[in-house]
Amino acid sequence: MEKIIEIKHLNKSFGNHEVLKDINFSVNKGEVVCIIGSSGSGKSTLLRCINLLEVPSGGEIIYKGENILDDNHDICLYRKNLGMVFQQFNLFNNHDVLGNCMVGQRKVLNRSKEEAENISMKYLKVVDMDKYINAKPKQLSGGQKQRVAIARSLSMEPDVILFDEPTSALDPEMVGEVLKVMNELAKTGLTMIIVTHEMEFAKDVADRIVFMDKGVIAEEGTPDKIFNNPSKERTREFLRRVI
Amino acid sequence: MSFQSIIKIMSEYYPMLLRGAGITLLISIVGTVIGFVIGLLVGTIRTIPIPRNRIKAFILKIVNVVFSIYIEIFRGTPMIVQAMVIYYGSALAFGIDMDRIFAAILIVSINTGAYMAEIVRGGISSIDKGQFEAAQAIGMNHFQTMTNIILPQLIRNILPATGNEFVINIKDTSVLNVISVTELFFQTKSIAGNNFKYFETFFVASIFYFVMTFTVTRILRFCEMKIDGPENYTINIEDISVNKSEKLLPRVKDTSVKQY
Repeated sequence: MEKIIEIKHLNKSFGNHEVLKDINFSVNKGEVVCIIGSSGSGKSTLLRCINLLEVPSGGEIIYKGENILDDNHDICLYRKNLGMVFQQFNLFNNHDVLGNCMVGQRKVLNRSKEEAENISMKYLKVVDMDKYINAKPKQLSGGQKQRVAIARSLSMEPDVILFDEPTSALDPEMVGEVLKVMNELAKTGLTMIIVTHEMEFAKDVADRIVFMDKGVIAEEGTPDKIFNNPSKERTREFLRRVI
Repeated sequence: MSFQSIIKIMSEYYPMLLRGAGITLLISIVGTVIGFVIGLLVGTIRTIPIPRNRIKAFILKIVNVVFSIYIEIFRGTPMIVQAMVIYYGSALAFGIDMDRIFAAILIVSINTGAYMAEIVRGGISSIDKGQFEAAQAIGMNHFQTMTNIILPQLIRNILPATGNEFVINIKDTSVLNVISVTELFFQTKSIAGNNFKYFETFFVASIFYFVMTFTVTRILRFCEMKIDGPENYTINIEDISVNKSEKLLPRVKDTSVKQY
């Protein structure tokens, strides 16, 4: 299996508070990894470190054989290969739905207007938002916004998409529509790293589950192992509480 | 005072008053626009995150200090004093005989720029951090993030404050009469000096000022509504097919559909 991203000895601290301690893990091409754990365990920080929205305090992030934490590495070049879907959607307020999907393609990938439009439409159809291309973000519901955000990431055709609690800001009825889209994507062989609290969903789509606790990876393994036969007491305790 | 004398002043001196109002508008429009551009540049540069590269970080720090000094000085002294210092100072120190209109526009521009820089800085920090993060996550650099995402939203947000500055400029250009710029106040003063009808003449001037400021605020309000766009969106119905995603993306893993 080809490793897309490999993380070695990653540390992150805010001031003297250590959020991530010596994280080691890697993601293979086509793999769906779900990161679970209680609030404050460092899941989101880990995800944000992967695309450098938080600058790690130490360690290495190897992408295609290069350590992207080297000083002279072009961060923008690296980031365009990584999609990110946020908890708060973060759609560009000054663009409509189509514009949200197009602006990155036009400016970062330098695609022609026509090409960018075709690709945007393709992925907006995937998330079933092609009817709303003229709508502004403020006119959409949470679930619709998140589906557009997913289409925006897909339009960049990245190697990996990072999902940072994509359903946590949605009400229960809208969670379903977003998870359905993500479930579809997981089956297409897209590499995904998902931070989630939806255990049922994680069990279904993940090839591997990473359980984080207090800034370290406490346990990792197949969904079957983590959910049915966890080896650590802490994992069992966490699962007892959330399921 | 009488209504007739006001009418008389209007009909008798309207070319002078209009010329004065024209100069006032010219100075305040050009001054506000240039000040707006200065404010955007300074405000944007002041919000650049500190670069990782040491040398770049050092240069940025120096630039920021220079901008801080500029803002503090021009916000901290009255425009009437700035006008005197710049106009007579440049003549004394460098022997430059500045054109009065040019000097007026220069003073209003840099004065407005200092205020706008702070308005822009406030505007940028009020924009949701998520907007920056989403743009960065897509691979945009700072310049692309600013021009494509942040500035369009910022300009919309600071438009009311800009309108404020514009209105203030229309009124405050009157202080430029100290360097004999022939704007509306200067003209009014000359007329009143001729006919000794101070109240009536300045009453007419106040009408001129009010019409100008009121028109400007209405126009800016209209611009805001234009930028905001329509309230509703149209649904794009090209083809409606159920479960598009299944057809559009090939599946390589299992094929069951799960409902959540």
